[in-house]
Amino acid sequence: MIRDPDVILLGEEIGVFNGVYKVTRGLLDEFGPERVRDTPISEAAIAGAAVGLALAGMKPVAEIMYMDFLPICMDQLCTQAAKMRFMSGGQLNVPMVLRTQYSLGRQHGSQHSQFTPAWFLQVPGMKVVLPSDPRDAKGLLKASIRDPNPVLFVESGLLYRTKGLVPEEEYTIPLGEAAAKKKGNDITIVAVSRMVNESLAAATKLDADGISAEVVDLRTIQPFDLETIAESVKRTSHLVVACDDVKRGGIGAEISASVTETCFDYLDAPITRVACPDTPIPFSPQLEQQYMPNADCVIKAVKQVLGK
Amino acid sequence: MIAGRSANELACDYRPVVTQLATLTELREVDQKDFAKHGLTKEKLQEMLRKMLIIRKFEEKVEELFLVKGLLIGPSHLYLGQESVAVGAIMALQRDDLTITTYRGHGHALAKDVPANLCMAELFGKSTGNCKGLGGSMHVAIYPKTGSLYATAIVGSGIPITAGVGLGLKQKRSKQIAAAFFGDGACNTGAFHEGMNLVALWKLPVLLFCENNQYAMSTPVKLAVSSPSIAERARSYGMDTILVNGNDVVAMYVATKSAAERARNESTPIFLECLTYKMKGHGVYDRGEYRPKDEVAKWLERDPIITFKKRLLDQKVLTTTEIDQLETATQQEIEDSVKFAMAGSPLPFDRIMSYVYME
Repeated sequence: MIRDPDVILLGEEIGVFNGVYKVTRGLLDEFGPERVRDTPISEAAIAGAAVGLALAGMKPVAEIMYMDFLPICMDQLCTQAAKMRFMSGGQLNVPMVLRTQYSLGRQHGSQHSQFTPAWFLQVPGMKVVLPSDPRDAKGLLKASIRDPNPVLFVESGLLYRTKGLVPEEEYTIPLGEAAAKKKGNDITIVAVSRMVNESLAAATKLDADGISAEVVDLRTIQPFDLETIAESVKRTSHLVVACDDVKRGGIGAEISASVTETCFDYLDAPITRVACPDTPIPFSPQLEQQYMPNADCVIKAVKQVLGK
Repeated sequence: MIAGRSANELACDYRPVVTQLATLTELREVDQKDFAKHGLTKEKLQEMLRKMLIIRKFEEKVEELFLVKGLLIGPSHLYLGQESVAVGAIMALQRDDLTITTYRGHGHALAKDVPANLCMAELFGKSTGNCKGLGGSMHVAIYPKTGSLYATAIVGSGIPITAGVGLGLKQKRSKQIAAAFFGDGACNTGAFHEGMNLVALWKLPVLLFCENNQYAMSTPVKLAVSSPSIAERARSYGMDTILVNGNDVVAMYVATKSAAERARNESTPIFLECLTYKMKGHGVYDRGEYRPKDEVAKWLERDPIITFKKRLLDQKVLTTTEIDQLETATQQEIEDSVKFAMAGSPLPFDRIMSYVYME
């Protein structure tokens, strides 16, 4: 926001309240109410206004408080923003970022916990970015703001409290590029967001068992970096995909299909997905814990794929 | 003001107002007597007629290309009978003001100086169209070069977008304003209400034109709108509202001129409910048989072009010869646009991927 006066924030509770999860803390004080705008509860107008701001030459970063509220603004995101460049034959572009978070793991119940970035795999024109650690969050957010396309930036609510090294200097992380967060030889684990951390924890434990797992953080699921995944799978011959969405039609489904199409001859076993059961999210804390995938689920999937 | 009654008064007894329009003469007389008073020179009035004729002839040609020649395909929603709304409004705006319209957008496009060639080529799906043939009829009004910023096919979705455009212009301290055009159907959507609240709350430099042609597809306003009028919905959001005879291009011009000045100088939104009527059905294939024949006949008598021509002749602004010349020239322009369109070809298919993301 310091670098570019056209960056403008809008969302519910982002200003005076500092953001419901304090992500925007201090920004109102520093940049004032014209650039950090508290909105009424109007998701369609928040998203629509972000589209309009982008068309008028601004760089809006709009916040939708919970991913569960996204359906209210789907028209503006999917039918308007994502399609504008194409429908206009390249005359328009929409440099907007829509930030949201998912609270799976925080006992928020079905309507305040869902993780549905896979919906947007059906929306060409939208980019979908998911940081898994503090360092990536800074680089990916900056890259998203500078990207001339609409970007859905999905944060994990559970990860808000994680601490990690964040370089002070200016840097961006390219969108559409995956990164191997741990190198390995026996199996590839592709993950996004919170499951990257679970997968890294699993990989550490697997090391002790003599299984060398490579953990690839996709970072962007649309467009996703099939090349990095394929390069890894060609070396390891085994793949597990671990994400927080429900299994059916989730991120893992698309990755499995793509890898099968391109790397079939390299695979020594079927691809396995680690995901949530195909149900809405239960409130009960004990049930929620059983519902969410974790490092143990990843370990189990890895061993199954490897036939161990 | 309409016939001495304020918009407030009229808004409260909307349905009687609609039947009151049956005696449109009183509406026609408002502010018509002295063109000079409103800065309407002969050139401007001639341009108004020319633009309305371009739209009329374009739409008639499109209809012919669909229904008679079978050369066009897909949905197309003609602006026949509403030309005065777009032309009156857009001529009162500044060239760099930004318009956001809908799938019934050929009129706004042509009024906002999108070349007829590019529009026609777009309808034919050719790469020489302004959207490279990727948008089609419903998005023909996308031509940011002349400020024709966007056209949406989703009813109501333009209002929140216009809020954002207005906010961006205000943020940049620009002298431009944003103007949305939408129909009576839009006024019942969630997006409309969210957008209305936001423009009024944040005092955005925005004009909101509701083109009330009294039917959303085949659904008449009285079966869709719970409030006695649409205008009073705007007032309920704390917005100033004008009720205009949409079929009178001069009334549209005068109303828009004063509204635009206020929006621009005071950064405030203004809602204009423009009463008008479609000559034909919802889409080019729709015969509009759900409308009572006498109602249609009554409104055809209020054809904005026929009535404007008559006024220009009566008040000796233009001669019959001058009008005939305009007719010929505009007809030729439309014929030429068809030739231009037919000479082009569609984008090669492997090129379409390059329009999904901006690199």
